Amino acid sequence: MKRSKTMEFGVGLFMLAGILGLVFLGLKVSGLDLTRADDTFELNANFANIGGLKPRARVTMAGVTVGRVDSIDLDTEWYDARVVMSLDNDLLGKLPDDSTAAILTSGLLGEQYIGLSVGGSPESLEDGATIRDTQSALVLEELIQQFVSNMVNE
Amino acid sequence: MIERITLIGRHGCELLESLGRAGIFLLQSMFARPSREGVRLWLVQMHMVGVMSLAIILVSGLFIGMVLALQGYTILVDFGAEQALGQMVSLSLLRELAPVVAALLFAGRAGSALTAEIGLMKATEQLSSMEMIGVDPLRRIVAPRLWAGFVSLPLLTIGFSVVGVWGGHLVGVEWLGVFEGSYWGNMQESVGFIDDVGNGLLKSLVFALVITWIAVFQGYDLVPTSEGISRATTRTVVYSSLAVLGLDFVLTAVMFGGLS
Amino acid sequence: MMAASLVEVENLHFSRGDREIFRGVDLSIRRGAITAIMGPSGTGKTTLLKLIGGQLSPDAGRVVIDGRDVHALSRNALFRMRRRMGMLFQSGALFSDLSVFENVAFPLRVHTDLPESMIRDVVLMKLEAVGLRGARELMPAELSGGMTRRVALARAVALDPELILYDEPFVGQDPISMGVLVQLIKRLNQALGLTSVVVSHDIRETLTIADYVYVVADGRVMAHGTPEMLEAVQDPRVRQFIHGEPDGPVPFHYQADDFIDDILSHGEPQ
Repeated sequence: MKRSKTMEFGVGLFMLAGILGLVFLGLKVSGLDLTRADDTFELNANFANIGGLKPRARVTMAGVTVGRVDSIDLDTEWYDARVVMSLDNDLLGKLPDDSTAAILTSGLLGEQYIGLSVGGSPESLEDGATIRDTQSALVLEELIQQFVSNMVNE
Repeated sequence: MIERITLIGRHGCELLESLGRAGIFLLQSMFARPSREGVRLWLVQMHMVGVMSLAIILVSGLFIGMVLALQGYTILVDFGAEQALGQMVSLSLLRELAPVVAALLFAGRAGSALTAEIGLMKATEQLSSMEMIGVDPLRRIVAPRLWAGFVSLPLLTIGFSVVGVWGGHLVGVEWLGVFEGSYWGNMQESVGFIDDVGNGLLKSLVFALVITWIAVFQGYDLVPTSEGISRATTRTVVYSSLAVLGLDFVLTAVMFGGLS
Repeated sequence: MMAASLVEVENLHFSRGDREIFRGVDLSIRRGAITAIMGPSGTGKTTLLKLIGGQLSPDAGRVVIDGRDVHALSRNALFRMRRRMGMLFQSGALFSDLSVFENVAFPLRVHTDLPESMIRDVVLMKLEAVGLRGARELMPAELSGGMTRRVALARAVALDPELILYDEPFVGQDPISMGVLVQLIKRLNQALGLTSVVVSHDIRETLTIADYVYVVADGRVMAHGTPEMLEAVQDPRVRQFIHGEPDGPVPFHYQADDFIDDILSHGEPQ
């Protein structure tokens, strides 16, 4: 019986280690924050061009991450891109409704993310509201085209 | 010419037949009414299949994590992007290397042992005599081994990932001097729990199913001679390695390749 | 009528691949008696036992045990029926990871709810019957061939079955352990009121204990009767087998081409 007890202990330890490992992978490696899941509110923004923005991209304010992009789809009424973001609840009711959203690029080759800048209006954005003032992603080809046509005009 | 076609046909029929046998075998043993001692038998097999494979899996995980960090660093440093080391190590481990390498090692360590053990039981008529005592070997011998395999491999895969990430930390941060905050921070930024950890575990669950199924069936279905056992053991390792690599491609395409 | 025979085998056909092993075998095994099934090696005697035990299914014909067709039973019913049978395998087939004691206790542990103390009593009783009570702590690997078979016998009768099947119990035994086994089979049969089926090609030993004998060859029953009746049978093939003559109607050689032609052909296909 003694042998079987140590064996059971070993198996128990093995399974416990597996579960602990999963917790480690969740918290430390994937940065899962269990409290944040339901503490968010949604904002919409329409962009003329989102460039390379992807779902799950960061949403920042003054460089601090405050949320993530939930989904991106085509708005068939205006034929522009409709981006749904979820932001930390701390910001609910504190963002003026003339705040702007811009698609920025981290570094020269980095990923694209959304940067929010605060406006000055007394009214604030509620859950599900839409940011009207947006700035599209920079697309290299368009820049070059503009530059060339300016050259020709001069 | 006609003989050739007949031969192909015969091989095809035999293949289908053995696939059918293997399928019935799997269902019969998986859903066999658990015997009274089921939990104890399962525990014993968890020990044989899982705990005994722990050492080789953890050591391999450590080395793979260390090598990944070393190789990744030399490439990333050219782009000035060595902060992305954590991201690279953890994503390659979670999505690919941990499920696949752990599965291959598991096939070699535990799968072959399962085949040989069951095969020897068959060759020495222990399975037959168990049947004649009125105990279904599928319930008593096969089912605990199958379930132990299903549970063990995902646990081993988690262990592999954890140790690998730690090994990457050891080399990247402690030795090569990547900033610790950016190692973990970049990792947490880019790794999704469901997308990466979850999908990796799903992969290893599929591999566990396939490997234990192949191993146990090869043991149960072999020709009961010493040559038969050695052939079946080899077949277990070869078939399960091929199945793991092939399935890995399919699963990766579905999970990460945007095919879904 | 039904009470007289425990096992009825009717018109049994079985083939393995293209080879026909049984072409219509009929047997009737009487309750409480020792029935021997004899025949030259390779006539499928072990296969016959596996057919009776339901481990193989026949191509045609049926095996009826105590009024129930073995091969028409569901998987669960078949396993329940096997609790009433014991089988002694040629190799003994002890579970190599269990001690002698645990091997004999195995059927009791899985099929009964007996308390540990009673299991111990029963196991020691069965081991005493085969004379190996002192060997209970040994592992199967430490036993000699004869001892292995005796332990297997103790395990086969652990649940007090009604029917016990012996597969070649005397093969590869020295004269002493052979004698021990012969006595054991006879004693167990009388003491426990078992029905025994002994498959063997050891004629002398088998004839001393058998109440009724079937001689099987070429996929059929060649002759049957009590040992005395068989001594008197005139069929040359049966005589050859019973008296152990090396060559006769049952050829010594496996079927082959003419020896001279084969030697002179230098391995070229003919």
